[in-house]
Amino acid sequence: MYESFLNYPNSLFGQFERLRRELDEAFAAPGLASSIRSAAPGTAPAVNVGRTPTSVEVYAFAPGLNAEKIDVTLDRGVLRISGERDSGIPTGDAKLQVYTRERGTGRFTRAITLPDDVDPARVSASYRDGVLQVSIALRESAQPRRITVQ
Amino acid sequence: MSDSHQTERAGAAQELPRAVLPNVDVFEDASGITVLADMPGVRKDQLELKVEGDALLIEGTVQPFTPDGLEALYAEVRVPRYRRSFTLSRELDTTRIEANLKDGVLALRIPKQEHAQPRRITVNAG
Repeated sequence: MYESFLNYPNSLFGQFERLRRELDEAFAAPGLASSIRSAAPGTAPAVNVGRTPTSVEVYAFAPGLNAEKIDVTLDRGVLRISGERDSGIPTGDAKLQVYTRERGTGRFTRAITLPDDVDPARVSASYRDGVLQVSIALRESAQPRRITVQ
Repeated sequence: MSDSHQTERAGAAQELPRAVLPNVDVFEDASGITVLADMPGVRKDQLELKVEGDALLIEGTVQPFTPDGLEALYAEVRVPRYRRSFTLSRELDTTRIEANLKDGVLALRIPKQEHAQPRRITVNAG
């Protein structure tokens, strides 16, 4: 339903959507393109990807997870992070009043395309302060080397 | 007079670094109100909680993730700071607020009571 409001020409929602896109364009950092697998905000953890001379570092901002239940797989150059988050709101208390419910719950998956020169055999992942860091080493051949001059 | 006051306030607002609103859940039971706030990447020592009068301010800075020579390829989190404030009501006891930060989720427990006095809130280790 929401979708149809957005698509309806000249509707109020359509105008908001246009405004949102214009703001996105005006404030987006230049040079940083969005990935074809990027997810809408709030549906899955936000992801930052960086590169060092020896590795590719992926940071997934996924608060409140059980580290043992985070699933990280690397298949044909695509890194997939999936997991599930329980709601922090207790159930069963009939008198409980919920005023705001913005935190996403349930299952999520994020997929990130990695550069071609990563070494799928050397991956490590750690979870700290609600951030999952996955470090994928670059192939030896892709790492910078100093060449001795004879 | 009122003009100069306004410029002062505008100046103060500009000094605040850019921040995003953390997602929150807020719920109330018989004995108090609980706030859960998603603040991934914030360590305990980078979290600031303030109560001034009836205003509760939550602010946290994301620890910088910078291994040697890290160059950003793609970034969805571009503002490394969360900030959100709430107006409390009179029957909440701001002197007994409990805060707990675990795995990037801040849990605040604000019990119901009478007195309201400004004070800092100590954060329990997660």
